[in-house]
This record gives sequence, structure tokens and C-alpha cells, in this order.
Amino acid sequence: MSNPDTEKKYWLDEPKNIDKIFYAVLVVCTLITLPDIFAMFDILYHKHLSFKMEEIPGFYGLYGLVSYVGLVLIAKQLRKFLMRDEDYYD
Amino acid sequence: MIEGLNPGLIFIAAACLVPFIGGLARQALLLALPILGLVQLYMMGMGSWGHYEFLGMQIELTRVDALSRVFGTIFHIAAFIAMIYSLHVKDTMQQFVALIYIGAAIGAVFAGDLITFFAFWELTAVSSVFLIWASRTERAYRAGIRYLVIQVTSGVILVGGIILYYQDTGSVAFGYIGLTGIASGLILLAFGIKCAFPLLHNWVQDAYPEATVTGTVILSVFTTKLAVYALARAFPGTDILIPIGAVMTVFPIFFAVLENDLRRVLAYSLNNQLGFMVIGIGIGTEMAINGTAAHAFAHILYKSLLFMSMGAVLFRTGTVKASELGGLYKSMPYTTVFCIIGAISIAAFPLTGGFVSKSMIQSAAADGGMVIVWLVMLFASAGVMDHSGIKVPFFAFFAHDSGIRVKEAPMNMLIAMGIAAFFCIGIGVYPGALYALLPYAVDYHPYTSGHVITQLQLLLFSVLAFALLLRYKIYPPELRSTNLDFDWFYRKPLKMLAIAIGRLLGKIWSWVGVTGQSAVGAVITVFSDTHGDGKVMARTMSSSVAITIIVAILGVVVVLFYRT
Repeated sequence: MSNPDTEKKYWLDEPKNIDKIFYAVLVVCTLITLPDIFAMFDILYHKHLSFKMEEIPGFYGLYGLVSYVGLVLIAKQLRKFLMRDEDYYD
Repeated sequence: MIEGLNPGLIFIAAACLVPFIGGLARQALLLALPILGLVQLYMMGMGSWGHYEFLGMQIELTRVDALSRVFGTIFHIAAFIAMIYSLHVKDTMQQFVALIYIGAAIGAVFAGDLITFFAFWELTAVSSVFLIWASRTERAYRAGIRYLVIQVTSGVILVGGIILYYQDTGSVAFGYIGLTGIASGLILLAFGIKCAFPLLHNWVQDAYPEATVTGTVILSVFTTKLAVYALARAFPGTDILIPIGAVMTVFPIFFAVLENDLRRVLAYSLNNQLGFMVIGIGIGTEMAINGTAAHAFAHILYKSLLFMSMGAVLFRTGTVKASELGGLYKSMPYTTVFCIIGAISIAAFPLTGGFVSKSMIQSAAADGGMVIVWLVMLFASAGVMDHSGIKVPFFAFFAHDSGIRVKEAPMNMLIAMGIAAFFCIGIGVYPGALYALLPYAVDYHPYTSGHVITQLQLLLFSVLAFALLLRYKIYPPELRSTNLDFDWFYRKPLKMLAIAIGRLLGKIWSWVGVTGQSAVGAVITVFSDTHGDGKVMARTMSSSVAITIIVAILGVVVVLFYRT
């Protein structure tokens, strides 16, 4: 085992690099939404729809975002009812 | 190759050799067995062997068809990976029961009749519990007992169902059964317990995280997927399985978000993945059954990869609690990479196994116009991205640096994880190999631009959601805790009820004892009042008085009899 204070600094240890990752995620998300914009004008990309709601531009992205945030927020509320001490059953 | 030998029996027979050989010979045997089994499977080809008549029932020891072969194949591959992963283990008991368990699961997959199937089904239960007990802790012992009770209950229900089914149909063939009455209902319930249907599921989350580092990896592969195989064999197109599966995909993910023990997070995640397969079986079209088989195949690879990576963390650091971990990428970089490959596979990123398998079930639901199920699966897919795609690798290897510095995982573990990771990506890049194994001919192309783009949108916006929640400190912190699930009902109120009934019985018993004693005491008192020392019946009398009484009685008798 080495001492964490003296060991080499990693790229991720720098808080501003965490910001960079965050912005990179934003950029990637914007890029992946572009095809939906193209599809609105029928250039390059055409949607193959199974359901009406897929016509909404960015449907999958929005659905993923809302689902994810909803899931985490609901789970957080569930903690109030479900959380007990670690040795609850012991 | 031995003509018609069920490959599972190779493992079971070899297990009996394990205690008698040691060192390299034993390791070589453990590694050779999955290869031998696989060779046996493919040399045999398709067909049916081992027909016997037993009490008038037709036994069929070995049956290889496309459905059993795809499950049997992945069971062998997973066994091989697990054997490499556990090569450092010196515990003879664990190696012995692991082989019995693997052999029983493979044996059950290739069983052609319900009697043979039941025998192997029970053997998986009683052998696997030792992988939990092998942790040799009080917690593991108790969890193992609960596990065993539930597993054996499933077996008892199954045998009840089989008996009724035999009475109804006169057959014990293990083919399509369908939900038609009590007999098939019992069989479905037995399968459902082992498939961790909602409310029957808690044995998975209870027991798997208590097993040994290597035991959990082995357990996670076989029991539940054997149940999936059994459902796909006997109940394809059973409508009730669609809502059951949909519930399974959704409710475990809430627990997975909250859970602190990362192996338990994976156990909830396992439950959620089974939901997708159950939905596929419920839809029951050729594409859906193909999807279920493909998903089971890919799932076994990435799920065992994830369990292996968390096992390696547990092996090195002594804990898999998210609240204690973080920053491990610095000391376990290879394990980190393998875990991330498992994570993106389970999340179903393009070019991974999850992408080419789950999408078949999703498409089957869309083809059937099942909009609610389709939306539920999309929601659950975003959920998978959270708990397995992000949470497991993030809190173990990144998050805040816990300061824990350990060695990288042992070489055998790294090799095992590497092989699993190779397959996860390999299937994603070249799905044709997997599709060729599926039960029905595949006319499905996962890599359409629309499919790739929509899937990336779903997943990347989930990543964005996580980044936002973390950045604005909304994401719930990892806390040392127990989260109440359905097992609360049998671990708290039912336990209290059992204890209360026990106390009541004890009271009744002691009341019976006390009352009985006092009743006997009263009788003794009465008798000692009459027969005791110096009492009426115990008095002695002179012989003259006795003779007088006897003569008097004689006189009365004579008078009575001679009067007529």
C-alpha cells in the first residue's frame, strides 16, 4: 500500500476535469439529438415508427431523462419508508 | 463422447473425484470439465436418448434440441469462466458442490421428461446452498437456511404439479404445458419461485450477496436461468407472464438505486433482467423466444462479469459496500475496465451483447402493438443504466476516493473477467454467431441507424440525468442501511407470529402438564382417602366377621336362585 498523499495525481483528481466530462456529456447528448432534427426535415435520417409517440423529436432522449430523474427521485422518497439500520434483521 | 450421455452427468461424476485428487491435477480437471461437456454436447448433435420406462412413465434422460442447446452452451461457457475465476480457491467442499450444482443445472436443461427434470431441479437447490454456507458466517448460515426453505418449497410444489399433470394427461414429457388448470398452475408457480417472480423474489437478494466471492458468480448463472429455460419450454405465449415480467423489470430498480451492498445491487439488477426474459416468454412469438434465449445468453456473460468484478473488489478490500468504496480505479485498473465493459453491456450500448439481445424482445413487444409493455421496458432500460450501468462501476471505482489502496485482482480472476468481457463485446460486434444458436431462424438486424440512434439517445440522456443529479447534489448518497423488501413479511411479522404461536403452544403444553398432574394428584388423594393407611378399604377385619359376611352373601344367592 502506498500513501495516497505522495502518490501520483490522476487526471480525474482535478475538479475542473470533472467539469470537462460534464460538458462533454452535454455535447454528446446534443449531437445524438441531431438526427431527430434532420428527420423533421426528412434529410439523411428517417424514423421507422412502431408507435405514434416516437414522432416527437428527441422522444427517446426525453423519455430516458425523465425516467431516470423520476426513478431516482421516487427512490429517494421511498427511503423514508424503507430504510432501516444495517443490522435491522440481526 | 459417450452416446446419449447427458453432459450434466459428466460434472456430477467428476465431482466425486475432486476430494481424491489435489493440486494441479484437480485444477486441470476443473478446467477440463466444461470443455468435455461442451464437446459431448456438440458431438451428440440434436436428438433424444436414454428412454426408459419407470412405473409406467416414459423417462427421457437426454434431449438436445435448439432451445436446450443454447442454454446448455452458455451454461458450459459460464462454468468454464467461473472455474478460471475460482482457480485460487482451495476449499474442497466449494469445488465439490459447485460441480454438482453446475452438473445438475446442465442435466436439468437436457432432461426430456419432468421426472428427470425434477430430480436435477432439486439437486440444484440442495447443492447450491453450500456455496452460500461456504462463507462460514452467521449471516450466511441464516440466509442459506431461508434460501433452502424457499428452494425446496419450489421443488415440493413442482412435484405436486407433476403428479397432478400426470393424472390429467398420462404423460410426463417435458414439452409445452401451458396454463390450463391446477396442475399446470402449480408447475408455473414452482418455476416462478426460482425465476424470482415478484413477491417470490427475495431469496435472490437475500442469499446471493452472502455467498462466497466465487460462489455468487456461480449462483448468479444457473438457478434463475434454468427457470427461464423451463418457462420458455413449458409456458411460451402464456399471457399472464407479460404483466409479471413487466413488474419484474420495474420494481427491483428502485431497490437497486437505494441499496448499498453492490453485490445486492447486482442481485436486484439480475431480477430486473429476468423480467425482460419473462416478458419475452409471455409474448411467445418466434422473435420473442429468440430474444429471451439470446438475452439469457448475453445476460449470463455480462452479469457474471459484473459479479466477478465486484467479487474481485470484495476479495481485495474485504467489502462491497458503496459507502466504503471509491477511487479503486487507481489500484485496480484492469478490474475497472472489465466492470465498465460489463456495465455498458447490461445497459445495452451498441456493440455489446445486451444491445443485440434485449432489442429483440423490445421489437417483439412493438410488433405486437403492446405500447404499455414497450414503455415499461424503455423505463426499465433507463433504470438499468442507473443501477448497473453507472452506479456499480461509479461508486466502486470512482466517486470520492476512499483512500483504499489494494493490489489488482489475482491473475486468474483477470483472465476470467477478460474472457467474459471478450464475449460481451464479441456478441455485440458479431451477433450472427449467437443468432445461429437460437431456437428459431433469425430474421432480425439490430444495427439499423434508427435503432442505434434511439438506443444511444435513451442511454446518453440517462447518463446526462445522472450527471445533472450528481452535479446538483440531488443523487441520494450511499448509506449503510437495510432496505425493507417483501422478505420483511417473513423475517419480521411472520417470525413474530411463529414465535407467538410457539409460545402459545408452550403455554398450552404446560397447562396440559399442570392440569394432568393435578388431576392425577386428585385421583391419588381420593384413593388414599379410601384405600390409604387405616382408611375404610384398607382396614383389616377378624376372620369371624369375614365368614359371617360370606355366609350371608351365600344365603342371599341361594334364596334368589332357588325361589323359582
